[in-house]
Amino acid sequence: MSGETAITVSATVNGRRQTFTCEARETLADALRRRCQVRGVHLGCEHGVCGACTIRFDGVTARSCLMFAPQADGAEIVTVEGLADGDELHPLQEAFSRHHALQCGFCTPGFLMVAQELLAEGGPLTEEVVREAISGNICRCTGYHNIVEAILAVADARSGEAEK
Amino acid sequence: MKAAAFRYHRATSLDDALAVMADDDEEVRALAGGQSLVPLMAMRLSRPEVLVDLNGVDALAGVALDGGHLRIGAMTRQRDVERSPLVAEHLPLLRTAIGHIGHVTIRHRGTIGGSVAHADPAAELPAAVVALGAEMVLASTGGTRVVPAEEFFDSYLVTAVEPGELLVEVRFPLGAVPARHGMAEFTRRAGDFAVAGAIVLADVAADLTVRRARVVPMAVDPAPRRSARAEELLVGRALDDGVIREVAAAVAAGCGPVDDIHGSAAYRRDLVAEMTRRALARLRQGAGE
Repeated sequence: MSGETAITVSATVNGRRQTFTCEARETLADALRRRCQVRGVHLGCEHGVCGACTIRFDGVTARSCLMFAPQADGAEIVTVEGLADGDELHPLQEAFSRHHALQCGFCTPGFLMVAQELLAEGGPLTEEVVREAISGNICRCTGYHNIVEAILAVADARSGEAEK
Repeated sequence: MKAAAFRYHRATSLDDALAVMADDDEEVRALAGGQSLVPLMAMRLSRPEVLVDLNGVDALAGVALDGGHLRIGAMTRQRDVERSPLVAEHLPLLRTAIGHIGHVTIRHRGTIGGSVAHADPAAELPAAVVALGAEMVLASTGGTRVVPAEEFFDSYLVTAVEPGELLVEVRFPLGAVPARHGMAEFTRRAGDFAVAGAIVLADVAADLTVRRARVVPMAVDPAPRRSARAEELLVGRALDDGVIREVAAAVAAGCGPVDDIHGSAAYRRDLVAEMTRRALARLRQGAGE
């Protein structure tokens, strides 16, 4: 059996082509951190419960601890590092900061990726919709209240702009 | 929490996948959405020697209406099934059931075939395919066979799939089961597996008389199965509160729950009665109008 054979993977990570070698058994989350130096991908539970490792994989959110690295060959990946535009934070990142939607910050990348997808869908957001959308992400600091506020603030700002 | 070493094979076609699955010298597992298998491998509860990744086999994904059946490819993402107009029109229960699975991020990757083949008795899709009288299409290098959902699930995580076989499609016969549905499940947190739940299908006349019924309790037996006693109690009677209570009690009496960290067997029995009551109450809403 040849399980430890190195596999070459080539993927687009935050707009940049990255080619790396990995073991088959390596999770995508580990490979992104170790091989691609994308350390905003946080590993909390390593079995798909906490949501901290959430990334965008071929256009939709996915938990990178529930994928093996070779599955990323040819994929388009966006991590939390891909949200900001240069030095300019994404509106969600601004809102998380302004509304104190994080304390230790460990879970924040996963929340941001899920919230970004929710906002991109463009539907009307209520507190209930936001709470449902983030129900797969665990935060042990904030009690979620300020995270919900931050996401709703961005949604409100956007609908305000649309009405202008 | 790291998987044991394995050989990775990215299948390029169904034939390619089946050829690797046919190797009986090594333990081969198919990788669908990975939302259950990858955690099992991370915890070393599953240690396949070869993993056949089906994610590149586009022919295994898709929803199609074909004569009297709605055919859903095994690799169709749960999120795509949930959003399919064909599913909304013909199999509204399936849409309801998938809405209870994990979270949107999980449903983006999770597949219908993966969940059915994994056969967790607390999961939504195994119970839903039994309720809907679906047929499982199994393929191997030797050919194809079809297994009805009621004969597919043997026990906890055990199905009729033989070594070398792959679940390639779930086929739903249209019009063969009652149209109206109700579903209820209890979870500790949104998106968790059910501690107990119930799915009911019924045709209900204007005076609320039940013509046909199918009742499938969830998470209270080693494998999803219909409650024959509950169905007998429903057919031919008006769906009033008294009948609903009788049926709920029959489901509770007829199931075989076990104790685990999520709840005792006695608690599950009480809970499944309440979930059956709620599922029937939901089914009744709007009936007879």
